[in-house]
Amino acid sequence: MTVTSKPRRIKTAYLLLIPGFAWLFFFFFFPLGSLLATSLKRPLGDSPEAGFAYALQFSNYSQAIAEYWPYYVRAFSFAAIATLFCSLLAYPISYYMAFRAKKYKYLMLVLIVAPFFASFLLRTNAWKTILSSEGAVVGFLNFLGVLPEERILSTSFAVILGLIYNFLPFMILPLFISLDKIDKRLLEAAGDLYATGNQRFWKVVWPLSIPGVVSGTILTFIPASGDYINAELLGGISDKMIGNVIQSQFIILRNYPQASALSFTLMAIVLVFLYLYLRKVGTKELL
Amino acid sequence: MRKFGRQLRARFLQGFSVAVITYLMIPLALIIILSFNKPRGRQNTSWNQFSIDAWTNICRDPTICRAFSLSVQIAILVTIVATILGTLISFALVRHKFSGKDSATLGVFIPLSTPDVIVGASLLALFLNIFIPLGFWTILIAQITFTISFVVVVVNARLAGMDPRLEQAAMDLYATPFQTFRYVTFPLALPGIAAAALISLSLSFDDYIITSFNSGRLVTFPLYVWNAAQRGIPPQVNVIASLMFLGSLALVALAAIITRRRRLKAFS
Repeated sequence: MTVTSKPRRIKTAYLLLIPGFAWLFFFFFFPLGSLLATSLKRPLGDSPEAGFAYALQFSNYSQAIAEYWPYYVRAFSFAAIATLFCSLLAYPISYYMAFRAKKYKYLMLVLIVAPFFASFLLRTNAWKTILSSEGAVVGFLNFLGVLPEERILSTSFAVILGLIYNFLPFMILPLFISLDKIDKRLLEAAGDLYATGNQRFWKVVWPLSIPGVVSGTILTFIPASGDYINAELLGGISDKMIGNVIQSQFIILRNYPQASALSFTLMAIVLVFLYLYLRKVGTKELL
Repeated sequence: MRKFGRQLRARFLQGFSVAVITYLMIPLALIIILSFNKPRGRQNTSWNQFSIDAWTNICRDPTICRAFSLSVQIAILVTIVATILGTLISFALVRHKFSGKDSATLGVFIPLSTPDVIVGASLLALFLNIFIPLGFWTILIAQITFTISFVVVVVNARLAGMDPRLEQAAMDLYATPFQTFRYVTFPLALPGIAAAALISLSLSFDDYIITSFNSGRLVTFPLYVWNAAQRGIPPQVNVIASLMFLGSLALVALAAIITRRRRLKAFS
């Protein structure tokens, strides 16, 4: 890397960044500002049809939070449980792919990514069919008498199952990438130094896989907490998450300031989570 | 005893992995099975009678095929733009040292980890505030925006695994920076770029949440599925989903065969 002079390479770096970041600025960061501005607007009349004017109506926030805080709590608890189970399912399979699967590694990877190509709405709907009260699964579980509500659909359990299913690949992929990067010779070295299997895992593999655990957790937990599809298709009325509220306020009720205040609050909470997480691992290993 | 324990653990890992993949495949199996069903009523949820009617008559309801072709057009455009923008960012992040790199990384990661409702809602807020009518272009803009970061992640994974000494070797042999890029860096990065394009294609094609905020009156394929879910999804939708799934597997298999043949050629 010493052939070209340093300043020129720096200039190339910025040239490479400009188009993509211009796009992200105009269509991601700037709209976030627009969302903030909208969240502070005040209504011109009694109904949303009358329109809204720019203002600094901070009461939109206090109102939104006072009315809808249980939806935030539910969204974050559902997302947290789903993330926990995703990581418990994802770690062993990622470990297997990275260290044991050998020639089947890429076949497994393909099988994990391929469901993405069949509409996720349709897959979630398929779960709705599988878990329906007329279905064999619920029939069998009721025969065993293990379902407290005698059904799965329209319960929080179903929503969490859906979240786990839909976000599992987002946990597996970063975990697999970080585990696959580990130099296999490190394991041999640990073995040569008389480390037991357990020690080899906890002292070598686990610490090196933490960046993957962190990005997997972020990529699962945060999108899951804003999701409304699973709650809509698999949950009941009392299982609605904050995403459902934002969606209906925006699309159906068209109460844009209220909806924006709810969204921006969610974004603020998300950024706090992100900050706390990143302080632990730094940005170097993030992508 | 110890060896036995290790074997047991290996078996457990293997069984567990197979179980997880089976779990991921269960709904797909149901979708494919029900694509051969002739539903009794409007709801295609229980087995009634075998029929290949849906497979031979995919466009019976022309709105399905219109939605499908709209989604394909959008997905192709999104893939082209997002793959180019994302790959450029990735090259800068992995291949160059510059000040502000941490912020740039964060700038890519934040869109990736923002809930879809917020990406969709904030763009809608922007479009409403500056009076841009919703439709084809707003869908395109929204989808490119959230796809870029995924491209960066995938290409980064490939570039980070590349040996930088290969480029150094090229330069030592008096290759110009452009030649180095054209004949060394780019071919090595290509599988990553191809994977990123494939993922963009699927993300764009499958996006419901962000698109639903910015689609106006247009109906993409996921929007069609969503609307149809209330009154019953026709088996033709299952056919399209099955084709997408099986088609992606076939594409990957083809890519694997081509690379293997090339490698064999290189050795002989």
